Amino acid sequence: MANVVTLPLCSQSSPSSTGADIVFGAPHQPSRIGSETELRVALGGLSGVDTVGANARVASLGTRSLKQGTKRALLDLAITMIDLTTLEGNDTPGKVRSLCAKALRPDPSDPTVPSVAAVCVYPDLVSLARTTLGDSSVAVASVATAFPSGRASMNVKLADVREAVAAGANEIDMVIDRGAFLSGRWGLVFDEIVAVKEACGSAHLKVILETGELVTLDNVRRASWLAMLAGADFIKTSTGKVPVAATPPVVLVMLEAVRDFAEDTGVLIGVKAAGGIRTAKDALKYLVIVNETAGSAWLTPDLYRFGASSLLNDLLMQRAKQKSGAYVRPDRFSGD
Amino acid sequence: MSELQHQSWSRLNDLEYAPAPESASIARLRDSYGLFIDGKFSDPGSHSQFVTLNPATEKPLATVAAGSSADVSRAVISARRAYDQVWSNMPGKERAKYLFRIARLIQERARELAVVETLDNGKPIRESRDVDIPLAAAHFFYYAGWADKLDHAGFGPNPQPLGVAGQIIPWNFPLLMAAWKLAPALAAGNTCVLKPAETTPLSALILAEILQQADLPPGVVNIVTGDGATGAALVSHPGIDKIAFTGSTEVGRRIQRELAPSGTHLTLELGGKGANIVFEDAPIDQAIEGIIDGIFFNQGHVCCAGSRLLVQESVASDVQRRLIRRVEQLRVGDPMDKNTDVGAINSAEQLSRINELVDAGVAEGATRYSNSCDVPDAGYWFNPTVFTEVSQTHRIAREEIFGPVLSVLTFRTPEEAVAKANNTQYGLACGVWSEKGSRTLWVAERLRAGVIWSNTYNKFDPTSPFGGVRESGFGREGGRHGLEAYLNV
Repeated sequence: MANVVTLPLCSQSSPSSTGADIVFGAPHQPSRIGSETELRVALGGLSGVDTVGANARVASLGTRSLKQGTKRALLDLAITMIDLTTLEGNDTPGKVRSLCAKALRPDPSDPTVPSVAAVCVYPDLVSLARTTLGDSSVAVASVATAFPSGRASMNVKLADVREAVAAGANEIDMVIDRGAFLSGRWGLVFDEIVAVKEACGSAHLKVILETGELVTLDNVRRASWLAMLAGADFIKTSTGKVPVAATPPVVLVMLEAVRDFAEDTGVLIGVKAAGGIRTAKDALKYLVIVNETAGSAWLTPDLYRFGASSLLNDLLMQRAKQKSGAYVRPDRFSGD
Repeated sequence: MSELQHQSWSRLNDLEYAPAPESASIARLRDSYGLFIDGKFSDPGSHSQFVTLNPATEKPLATVAAGSSADVSRAVISARRAYDQVWSNMPGKERAKYLFRIARLIQERARELAVVETLDNGKPIRESRDVDIPLAAAHFFYYAGWADKLDHAGFGPNPQPLGVAGQIIPWNFPLLMAAWKLAPALAAGNTCVLKPAETTPLSALILAEILQQADLPPGVVNIVTGDGATGAALVSHPGIDKIAFTGSTEVGRRIQRELAPSGTHLTLELGGKGANIVFEDAPIDQAIEGIIDGIFFNQGHVCCAGSRLLVQESVASDVQRRLIRRVEQLRVGDPMDKNTDVGAINSAEQLSRINELVDAGVAEGATRYSNSCDVPDAGYWFNPTVFTEVSQTHRIAREEIFGPVLSVLTFRTPEEAVAKANNTQYGLACGVWSEKGSRTLWVAERLRAGVIWSNTYNKFDPTSPFGGVRESGFGREGGRHGLEAYLNV
């Protein structure tokens, strides 16, 4: 590991450190951490999270009432934030082609509907997705590092990443080693992220914390900081493969982490809520949490994403309803 | 000051929430109200009337009767008759049926009550809808359950009611305070004469309609609106067995002095200057929310408000920075908008009191920060304000402001925190923020206050007793303890 530097932490920051130089969209380099002990001191020094208080906060934000123009704008924004995802063992080239078409033109009958942010597929389907999407703005994201369990040797994980990037992936969604994190081997997780980041090259790195397995909000906060210090461009809640995926309190804590990290370092890290978000109503609630926690700077696909598949059709349906005043049949929108 | 201004590259709340106003027509208010005595509304024309305003617009909502001492007398006589002939002899399980019915009717008319409360008081509809009205119903439900179990409440066998209770309530939680007073009194078998606050009588008058709907026997509850003179007539009426008062320490002191020779039972719930103590190991983000909730909930018109923030010096600058960022996010404005966080100050009188103390704070050298939200031209408004560099001797650290104004002080050791928190004439509520249980308990047992919240603030529940020590009053409301105030024990 490299030389020792002081870690920028929220609890030690002073007011004058706010308004630091903004590094927006620039490649985010890992902090240089001296030792496992330093990491332990840094992450252990983060202030705790009171679960009852965090739940109460998201419940209160959930009562914000969104009307007319705001709702319409947020529905479109939510569409542009979607990583349209298919991560099944039985994925076929046909399904991926169909997904790409949907990503480009979510509603072929309405040209005003924007494209989504990205399609998210397994590494072996990256090249097909990239070809199908052509030179459009829609990115190809790929899960790598032995998704979803993360149980493979480091070499295999890195090869997985390099292959996906070589095949044209613009974004890599890696999973952390939850076993190592939960047993306190934070340095191992840190090193792994650093190595994957390097393997990514110019591709953006999203680090999946799998918060459903970390369980406590204290762990979520520590893992968020760990990932950001190690060079993540995005922190992401879940793989979608365990029973508990994104929840509002977890996303709240992650947003607090990126907000504090940005205030200390000037680097804006993105947040991706993945899994379990199926309705437009839920998506709008998340956007309110984003707005009132990290701030409106995060209301962009560059810094906030939804990892979802069925959410898109509900957004389209609500969008059509806002436009015409009446609900259309769900079958009006394509299934995949 | 400039150092404290939050200079963030991310502007919070850029996202405009379109207005989402609740409809005022839901209130169905009459033009004028008489007094509710002996189960009937008297003719408004037979009383001198005063106007009750909407503090957010300064427009009149309705005119309300000013009860004279003769009116108070009629109400007390009616209550006495109801006590002797009906209510004190009624089996507890029968009384419970009426209380359950009232609770359900409050729930049924919740939306109407929330709108009335917000129009008359100025509090945000979000709070009246989510806190005031549901809690009021919960109090009736809770005490309905006690009505037939008084033998098992720990006051010995067959505890007896006191008789006729005179109840004087404040303007900060009009319906909720009525529920806090009426529910235990009725459950215990007393009859009541309730005097709502001068500036917020309307929800109590809707409650009178609900009592009629519930077929409550005439005279069991009488509601006499009016100003301080009406309240004074009630306190000095010889037919009263018990006075329960919630309001200012100054008035409470007068009442106690007057009742001292009479033997009339008395409970007082008075002012406060609550300390919210934040240790360095607190869950900081939730502590910020708790501080906000502690002082800006209901525009700070809360007797147990956490109006002093005591924060450990090692985290003080971080906490202040986060706090001010969060205060800047508060949406101040039309209380009827569902997205409003802080509504209107209840009266011009209260606003001038807040202004006076805030000016004193500035003059004494504290550093002021105020939220920059635009507020409407008409109405009574005060932007949420935080004072830093406050010392124990400043007026803003000692006097109850009863408005959205927070004084921030710092401490270095737990001993100092306790000493500063206790250095007040009041003793109503405190909050302790720490992830270390042993520290929380150590501090809590040394704080002189009726209520101590740990890692939260301003949480109320009918099962939990509430009340103060020292100049914050005596007697408890809520829980089993709340029955004691209305039983001869």
